[in-house]
Amino acid sequence: MDIGIIVFPGSNCDADTSHAVREVLGRSAYYVWHEERTLEGLDAVILPGGFSYGDYLRAGAIAATSPSVRALRPYIAGGGLVLGICNGFQILLEAGLLPGAMLLNACSEFRCQFVHLRAERVDTPFTCALRPGQVLRLPIAHAEGRYYVDPITGAALAARGQVVFRYCDAQGAVTPEANPNGALDGIAGVATPSGAVLGMMPHPERASEDLLGSADGRLIFSSLDRWASGRASGVTADLEPAEAR
Amino acid sequence: MSADVRTVRITVTLKPGVLDAPGQAIRRGLDALGHQGVQSVRAGRYFEVQMKNDAHLDDRIREMCEGFLANTLIEEYRYEVVSTAFATEG
Repeated sequence: MDIGIIVFPGSNCDADTSHAVREVLGRSAYYVWHEERTLEGLDAVILPGGFSYGDYLRAGAIAATSPSVRALRPYIAGGGLVLGICNGFQILLEAGLLPGAMLLNACSEFRCQFVHLRAERVDTPFTCALRPGQVLRLPIAHAEGRYYVDPITGAALAARGQVVFRYCDAQGAVTPEANPNGALDGIAGVATPSGAVLGMMPHPERASEDLLGSADGRLIFSSLDRWASGRASGVTADLEPAEAR
Repeated sequence: MSADVRTVRITVTLKPGVLDAPGQAIRRGLDALGHQGVQSVRAGRYFEVQMKNDAHLDDRIREMCEGFLANTLIEEYRYEVVSTAFATEG
């Protein structure tokens, strides 16, 4: 399995993500410079965390105009899998590849801490190694992570199963106290209806080994492996076009 | 000679009803400095764009705002077009 990691000016989790893919998952990782115009041949593409273009204008807004992000649309239409982590999630939102927008954290502060999140959906390429409702312990590190959609769209998202992760307490209860940034309904991760495109604010690549305080993030990467072997054995996913903003 | 150039002043703010965390933090700062009577602060961004004028100027500005300068899910924008008397080439 070949996994591409798009590198923007200001990405800073690209090496961590590459480490998780290569050393933890044991698969091939390739850095893809953001000016690349095609993503063909990659089994999955990861948009890593960081501060692309210094978060100028809005987090992810400038990166969303880059050739590699424009290449995501045909890549996804052709069955490609895409994971956006933190700034990568913000880029997917700004590119209109996932619905919603990010606002500054309700506390007005950058939050860097471990959080718990509950898997709301385990039939996606990035969560198929999880148990339904499984609670993961992963770190967040962001200032603009307050997920927002208008209430009508929010209800539709939940109805279509597009909410993949919610912030929760250690027991899995979604409470205001467990929500680190004021995200709508505690939303920490959102996907397209098919699950082929996932954005999440917490960092699985920073918590894939016990040495780092949690190895729960490993399950996100091993899900990809499990998904790929399912495909190889003839089980294919129903891929739908990405949601337009 | 310079082309017919206009200066466009664009202001982007969060939509009413969307919690403006920066605005609230700035209001607390004003409170801390002793500025009394401040009811609320809405923060935003300001752009000054110089662009060639043509018959579709307003359409072009709206397209720039709605496609890039503002995220219309959470933000609204307003603009004014100002004549530039001394616009230079380039």
